[in-house]
Amino acid sequence: MLFLKTLFKNRTEVVSASVLALLLLVIFPLFLPVFRLNLFGKYLSYGFVGVGLVLLWGRCGILSLGQGVFFGLGGYCMAMFLKLEASDPITTKIQSTPGIPDFMDWNQITALPWFWTPFKSLPFSIAAILVLPALLAFIIGWAMFQRRVGGVYFAIITQAIALIFSLGIDGNQGYTGGRNGITDLRTLLGWDIRTTMAQYVLYFVCVLLLIACALVAKYIINTRMGRVLMAIRDREDRVRFSGYDVASVRSFVFALAALFSGIGGAMFVLQVGFMSPSLIGIVPSIEMVIFTAVGGRLSAIGAIFGSLLVNLGKTTFSEAIPELWLFLMGGTFIAVVMFFPNGVAGLMESPWVMRRFETLKAMFLKKGATPSTPSAVLTEATTTEAVTIKHVTEVTK
Amino acid sequence: MNITELWSIFVMQGFAGISLFSVLLLMGLGLALIFGQMGVINMAHGEFMALGAYTTYLCSSIVESRFPAFLPYYFPLSILLAFALSAGLGALVEWSMIRYLYKRPLDTLLATWGLSLILQQTYRSIFGAREVTPTLPEWLMGSFKPTGNIDIPINGVFVLGLAFAVTAALTLFMFKTSFGLRLRATVQNRAMSNAVGINTKMVDRLAFSVGCGIAGIAGAAFTTIGSTGPDSGSRYIVDAFLVVVFGGAANLLGSIASAFGIAQAQSILEFFLEGTKGKVATLLFIVVVLMFRPQGLFPSKVRSS
Amino acid sequence: MSGHKDFLLAIEGLGVSFDGFKAVDGFNFYLDRNRVHVIIGPNGAGKTTVLDLICGKTKATSGSIKFKDSEIRGLKEHQIVRAGVGRKFQNPSIYENLTVFENLEISHPNGRGVFGCLTFRRTAEVMERIHAVAADVALLEFLDTEAGVLSHGQKQWLEIGMLLMQDPELLMLDEPVAGMSVREREATARLIKKISGDRSVIVIEHDMEFVKEIADRVTVMHLGKILAEGSMEHVQSDPKVIEVYIGH
Repeated sequence: MLFLKTLFKNRTEVVSASVLALLLLVIFPLFLPVFRLNLFGKYLSYGFVGVGLVLLWGRCGILSLGQGVFFGLGGYCMAMFLKLEASDPITTKIQSTPGIPDFMDWNQITALPWFWTPFKSLPFSIAAILVLPALLAFIIGWAMFQRRVGGVYFAIITQAIALIFSLGIDGNQGYTGGRNGITDLRTLLGWDIRTTMAQYVLYFVCVLLLIACALVAKYIINTRMGRVLMAIRDREDRVRFSGYDVASVRSFVFALAALFSGIGGAMFVLQVGFMSPSLIGIVPSIEMVIFTAVGGRLSAIGAIFGSLLVNLGKTTFSEAIPELWLFLMGGTFIAVVMFFPNGVAGLMESPWVMRRFETLKAMFLKKGATPSTPSAVLTEATTTEAVTIKHVTEVTK
Repeated sequence: MNITELWSIFVMQGFAGISLFSVLLLMGLGLALIFGQMGVINMAHGEFMALGAYTTYLCSSIVESRFPAFLPYYFPLSILLAFALSAGLGALVEWSMIRYLYKRPLDTLLATWGLSLILQQTYRSIFGAREVTPTLPEWLMGSFKPTGNIDIPINGVFVLGLAFAVTAALTLFMFKTSFGLRLRATVQNRAMSNAVGINTKMVDRLAFSVGCGIAGIAGAAFTTIGSTGPDSGSRYIVDAFLVVVFGGAANLLGSIASAFGIAQAQSILEFFLEGTKGKVATLLFIVVVLMFRPQGLFPSKVRSS
Repeated sequence: MSGHKDFLLAIEGLGVSFDGFKAVDGFNFYLDRNRVHVIIGPNGAGKTTVLDLICGKTKATSGSIKFKDSEIRGLKEHQIVRAGVGRKFQNPSIYENLTVFENLEISHPNGRGVFGCLTFRRTAEVMERIHAVAADVALLEFLDTEAGVLSHGQKQWLEIGMLLMQDPELLMLDEPVAGMSVREREATARLIKKISGDRSVIVIEHDMEFVKEIADRVTVMHLGKILAEGSMEHVQSDPKVIEVYIGH
């Protein structure tokens, strides 16, 4: 019970989480054709990055314009495993060198490069997906946070890192598949990932993993760590003088966000079937930020909604009226930053919406009594004794 | 390859680096002015540069079709026009958007990115997705040939000269005019500047416009060495940011030194390493240095309270 | 090195220079346990700089700072805090977006590492301590108030409360009564006298009445150096001190 109480601070959060779970687990699979469901699965894989950004940027104030790097690392690890599986000697017997991926053959490479060989094993690949992005983030983060690099400087440097990464992969066609990326992925340990059945399974795996990440994020937000993150965002000096090692906390949250992003990248590859540098450079990285900004940078659930919403918009508009789309997206960036800094989630929790919600609830309750609120965090300052005592007894149970 | 040939390659490659240096310097100056003044990183800076380039293209088209006799003379005029238009757009952007976001530099970053998307699409809708080039006047074409092996393009020299002229003008402006004094005062102590009657809001607006105007000049200069498309702006933007951050952000000398260093490193590395590896190596070097020395090469030594 | 081994804080030859300007020079200072030591001096004397040097906010260029017999000069800020030093800043430095309760809670010394933050529990001990400290600083009715809306004096007290939560052995207060009314000053003086029962306090202040009320010892600084030291009466009658304060 304490766990659940830590997870959801107030009724709005329970409602929005339930709505999301309902949509993702029940409504979409029931009513969407599998092709569209697969597309939604792709959007949701970006949601992993969004959840990480909620902790990193929304709560802790660290803007990273390079989350695509970690998304890409996870994605490439999975792609490498799947590609090796699809490049067994029998399938590739028409190549000059059978047993290696086709793009290597086209580039006159005659033996599998050393860093590819471990990816023949699924356990290693999964371990790499979980460890590599987080490790890289930790190292980069530690180096910078120890020197108190923050704010705009950090953002620019992460952007440069995204550029380095995408250019590096792009320019090494023999080793990484180059601009075309790693394509033609077929089976995971013999199980064909392109069948309809597989797409349903992978969708549910993606959703469950995403919900798990979101729950982890929510849990963290409601522990002391969540408050420390906000404190660092608002007054990092004071946090140091309260005895916290700010660099460690920042590195931790950067690594965690990278971990989530890496998992997202892997799920992307499984559902979409390829990975390329165009998904991991500067532009995709900043788009991932906008998904979070639109959905709500302070809310993990909001970030997931944001991914769905913006990507849906992108697919709809860029097919129908491509010229309009860039205008819309640019306008959205500006509008969100200037008028809705807490995104859709922030709007949902605004006083106007809350009052409508209370009215609706009163209509349903029909009692006319004031609805009882759980240990809600009130936005207006209240100083009644009753609230204080309730707070105390609530928490010491 | 003998020594003279190697030397010629070095000189020519060095000169290619110089053209890149000029563009980076011009873009970096504008960005450094804005960043130093307001702590704002303008992600749309490349699009202001593109505006300058497109202005030059427009001028050239109009002159070519209506006043062909004027062709050899239009270029300097178009540079001025590029400055004016970019500065004007800059003032508009500052007034409508940036001034509300001063306390939130990260949000300004995102908002200006949104602006860059809008501007890019505007250019695409007006000028098309193809790249365009203005017709350059005769005197800009061709090259010097000091020795048999060395070929120095005239437009490169022109752009370099322009970059230095702008840098000199900016330095004079900052240190010899009363407006420059007000600008420096506001950077160092905003509250006090307000208290002594400096209209810091106008100072901000002017600084932002001038920074964008310089980008416009960069764009006009850029047309002499490359063609212009809707996303030409984004080609140099990351480099321009790194110039500013690497050089120490608040500092004219720093910007010059870092623009030079980055441009030279990149063009030399690009020669020896194939494809994009030269750029990757340069970027990697910059990022690693920044991780160890985040304040850049010439940081300002102000004691923060 | 002096023969006394049980000074809480022993500073010798401390100095810092900024680009040639010596903000603090040849500063020697010895603090016993459970004492209130006040530093006074005109503006620019280097008083705040001394606190900055002790708590690690500014790096000293010379000298040694020994806290409970181990060198703390050169340690990082959070390490110095964990060693038992608490610092209050001139401008109230609190977490405006958190409630008073959360401000106090975050200052509790349990669980300051990454793992600790994730597993910190609001145990009975924590809750009691928060309520006790809140009562001490007269903010018990305001536990659920967002800290940003408190009055200036209340913010000062909140910051003192946050430091009390940390339970430091050395508490450093930089102008704790600036901007407070007479009643509030009296209350603060009582508070400081009460808390000095278990710990030592260094206070920087300008209000001489307040200083007289709380000080066990007084140090006068001027231009980065120590001008005089001793009891309040001794210092007040020192001709050098009189000249610096009233002279020019």
